[in-house]
Amino acid sequence: MVYLLRRLAFGVLLLAGVVILNFLLIRLAPGDPAAVIAGEMGGASQEVLASIRERYGLDKPLLVQLGIYLSNVVRGDLGESYFFNRPVIDLILSRLGPTILLVMAAQLLAIVLGVFMGVLASLKPQGFLSGFVAVISTVGYAAPVFWTGMMLTILFASIFPILPVEGMSSARFRGGTFDYILNVARHLILPATTLGIIFLAQYARLARAAMIDVLGADYVRTARAKGVPESRVVFKHALRNAVLPILTVAGLQFGNLISGALLVETVFNWPGMGRLAFDSILRRDYPVLLGVLFFSAMMVVLANILTDLSYRLADPRINTEGRS
Amino acid sequence: MSVQETRRAIKPVSPLREAAQMFCRNRPAIFGTVLLSLIVAAVFYGTFISGADPYEIVWAPQAFPGEAENIPLGTDYMGRDILTGLLKGGGPTIAVGLSAALITVVIGISVGAMAGYFGGWADNALMRFTEFFQVLPALLFAMVLVTLFSPTLTTIAIAIGIVSWPQTARLTRAEFLRIRNLEYVTAARAVGAGNNRIIWRVILPNALPPLIVSATLTIGVAILFEAGLSFLGLGDPNTMSWGLMIGANRSYLLDAWWPVTFPGLAIFLTVLAVSLIGDGLNDAFNPKLRQR
Repeated sequence: MVYLLRRLAFGVLLLAGVVILNFLLIRLAPGDPAAVIAGEMGGASQEVLASIRERYGLDKPLLVQLGIYLSNVVRGDLGESYFFNRPVIDLILSRLGPTILLVMAAQLLAIVLGVFMGVLASLKPQGFLSGFVAVISTVGYAAPVFWTGMMLTILFASIFPILPVEGMSSARFRGGTFDYILNVARHLILPATTLGIIFLAQYARLARAAMIDVLGADYVRTARAKGVPESRVVFKHALRNAVLPILTVAGLQFGNLISGALLVETVFNWPGMGRLAFDSILRRDYPVLLGVLFFSAMMVVLANILTDLSYRLADPRINTEGRS
Repeated sequence: MSVQETRRAIKPVSPLREAAQMFCRNRPAIFGTVLLSLIVAAVFYGTFISGADPYEIVWAPQAFPGEAENIPLGTDYMGRDILTGLLKGGGPTIAVGLSAALITVVIGISVGAMAGYFGGWADNALMRFTEFFQVLPALLFAMVLVTLFSPTLTTIAIAIGIVSWPQTARLTRAEFLRIRNLEYVTAARAVGAGNNRIIWRVILPNALPPLIVSATLTIGVAILFEAGLSFLGLGDPNTMSWGLMIGANRSYLLDAWWPVTFPGLAIFLTVLAVSLIGDGLNDAFNPKLRQR
């Protein structure tokens, strides 16, 4: 409990750091900060600029400005998108769901399939599947994720038109809730696969290495000697112990997942935060861009804390009070 | 056998030579080296020898590869030759990749060396700082930097360097923590070497093998980053690059596959070559891990 509180406190501190960084970026960017906040294409009239200066206290000392900015963020005010004339927080919250759905689906696919492949490969360390894991992990690492997405788009739009390649649901969709879920799931397949492939390969490689280690351990030999069926030895005795390093890496990958989601959402027109960020670049809508950066950092912090907790659940030997 | 012959027979091979032999026996690594040499040669030709202009309209838009004799890889949505684009666009992509990797390594090694060598509160503070950078999704942060400042190749390289150093820092720190208590470091200190000398001349050379591997892999990551940024429209609009070609032709993807496929393939092969070399170096430096 104390541990959890400390983690949370540190997480809050990190996020405060991100806010300060955002503030510094606005100040360091070339040009008038008020104009930066307004965004270059927001049609910043003199009144708008004046109201921004008022709102952010841009005529006050730097530290006071920082204080105002921080207290705004704490109250959930990430600024205003002068392009949409809407608060940034509303824009982001409306896009948060699709991004979480995509990231989670990709992560789940990568972990389940990756671990399964890694386990099978570990049973024959020099076998065909091991070679396959080595090849796809190199290939998955080297292919730009947006390019993979585009190749899949060509494949499924022109050659096998069986899956939707754009958006999150069919335009003008009519039907019940269940049909809607199916519709979204069908749209999710390609983006989630594209994003998942990179990580799948990594997890498979990792799972293979960890399993080879564990399968040589004494307790595995003991289990086999006792006559425990092989499938039980592999999936229960060994996998449970091999899963820890995978969990650690999976937790560390959340930042990369979000970066990847940004590109994948752009390719597949997935209406998430990444797509919002991409559109905001084109519109020079800086408050939205900085807001997305803040929210993404928050997701990473939360994911790290959750990973840490699940790590401790998976291995009770880890001292919850000592290490930070 | 004379004493001298025996001595020659058991003469230990130097670690470096052993690593080089190991590398040369590694078929994927050799393949990567050959592939990379070919790519670099082609890019060198495009950048310094060929006089072709990648922006020049040479044929009808979206002409199929080989439709005319001078367009073996077809043309893009504006009728520009893809092959010329590939030859000319590789330079900036690789240059940004290399300089970003250099920045990454310099920041990462400096931070990691300080943290690992001095330990205590310095280590604590620096590692918290590193953790902070790891919380920021790298591509998004790089995007913000490039958007707020100008999208030149320099800014892009710096942005990529700023977002990707934490891993190098962690690795360096771990190596320094391991090495700093070894006997030869104590010996160096005993003969009066200062901190500076110990860090850069005693510990760093011994920490280099894993750092070289990581630096090699960083080049690949940086190339992917540059491609991603250019794809998102954040590349330098005045410089042809592979990512830019993909980004520009993206909207016409379903009309013509080749303007997007070939630059992507070029990026893929380059990063593949670099990572095969990195893996090969890793195996060469850590023969014990080879069986994994």
